[in-house]
Amino acid sequence: MSSINDLILVIFVLTNFSLLGASQMGACVRLSAAQGMLLCPLPLLLPQDGFSLRSLLFAVGLFAVKGIVFPRLLFRTLRTVNIRHEVEPFVGYTASLLAGIGILALSLWVAGGLQLPTSQQLSPLVLPIALSTILTGLFLIVGRRKALMQVVGYLVMENGIYIFGIAVAQEVPFLVETGILLDVFVAVFLMGIAIFHINRQFDHIDVEKLTSLKD
Amino acid sequence: MNVGLIIPPILALVLAPLLLGIINRTKAVFAGRVGSPLLQPYYDLRKLLGKGAVYSKTTTWVFRAGPIVSLAALVVATLIVPFGGCAAVLSFPGDLILFAYLLGLARLFTVLAALDTGSSFEDMGASREVLFSALAEPVLFLGIAALAREAGQVSLTHIPLADPRPFLSLTQVLVAVALLVVLLCENCRIPIDDPNTHLELTMIHEVMVLDHGGPDLAFILYGAALKLWLFGAVILSLLLPAMNLILGILLALAGMLVLAVLVGVIESTMARLRLLRVPQLLIGAATFSALALVLELGRNSP
Repeated sequence: MSSINDLILVIFVLTNFSLLGASQMGACVRLSAAQGMLLCPLPLLLPQDGFSLRSLLFAVGLFAVKGIVFPRLLFRTLRTVNIRHEVEPFVGYTASLLAGIGILALSLWVAGGLQLPTSQQLSPLVLPIALSTILTGLFLIVGRRKALMQVVGYLVMENGIYIFGIAVAQEVPFLVETGILLDVFVAVFLMGIAIFHINRQFDHIDVEKLTSLKD
Repeated sequence: MNVGLIIPPILALVLAPLLLGIINRTKAVFAGRVGSPLLQPYYDLRKLLGKGAVYSKTTTWVFRAGPIVSLAALVVATLIVPFGGCAAVLSFPGDLILFAYLLGLARLFTVLAALDTGSSFEDMGASREVLFSALAEPVLFLGIAALAREAGQVSLTHIPLADPRPFLSLTQVLVAVALLVVLLCENCRIPIDDPNTHLELTMIHEVMVLDHGGPDLAFILYGAALKLWLFGAVILSLLLPAMNLILGILLALAGMLVLAVLVGVIESTMARLRLLRVPQLLIGAATFSALALVLELGRNSP
């Protein structure tokens, strides 16, 4: 069982790295969707929770929202804003990948020092990978120019927090989980609309230029 | 001394050029050609060894020493690389570092010989070669470090013997991907370098040996074949489970065949990357190695 978890987590980290190295926004949206889909079997694999109707329903919901709804919303935004589909990073792709390795090493070090009641049954790697995913999302938010990439970075961060939740809290109430999912859904929905309006007003979604705006 | 010990170096010295033949044949099949005979590299070597050498007056002893030192370093490296179930002739803790730097020595002398000619064209190739190998080295070391950590051994011979398992572990798969990229880079294969181009400004390794001829070129070609064999042998010995002698060697030979065909397929189906993209590919391979190492460290820490 543990090897399946490890496999999922390793593929997950690889998607993190490909997000850092990807140059097309469409690819980034797809990768973030793939991340969301990768995560849904994790609650089913929790040893004490097991295969209950509750966790099954939640996994299906997670799959639908993160794997299908989000990419659709983001692709629709991408179509309507009608801009060049390149990420245009502040930090280059190679440097981003190196930063990704650094983030992974840092997370391993930090996770080693944290005394948290992690669910060791899932995998000892859960905590470092959760931390590195959160930091990778943060890096994407800071290091990319197009506003759509900020949304993708936010989603990656949310995925990291979700893994963190699995690692730390053995039993998250169903209500809380659904609430978070709903919040994220609304956030992505609103961000899509906001990006559309930013683009219509200024003809670009470049976050660097947004700092020089005046009302 | 155990007779089995001398099998890996002998196989390497005899069969290495055959790998090039297999790669070329694979590429020919993909291109719909008949292709050169499988033994063509051997014919080439014999032809080149029969020729005389021409040396430019501007070159010094470094130019003449280049191919000889490179080949010598690679031949020494065959002694510390195991093959299949066979242990290497020499094995001691830390021999994997000696392996990496014997290859480094071979590269250093190829580069020095290229610089010695004073041709700006060759200097450019030398500069690229050094850049890319500097990027490939951390990939190799991080990957081998991950495997060494998993096995608890620091010798090329002992890593595969430590943990006989029927299945590949996740770490092994990740490291195998990373090492395959290193193999392509170190042996100047597509997508990093194109071994067939002699006239393009983007080439790396071929440009460095433009001024060598006759026996020197034969040494370089043979050295290149040997290097490919050594890398293949290292990858296979790290991946294949430990077995008895005969079965292990047969399996490893089959593995080398698969590897050569794989390289041929990669060369036929991919275009060479732009030079600017090559570091990105190598850093990508480094992420695989680093991830494998983190996996091992994370697993073993309490």
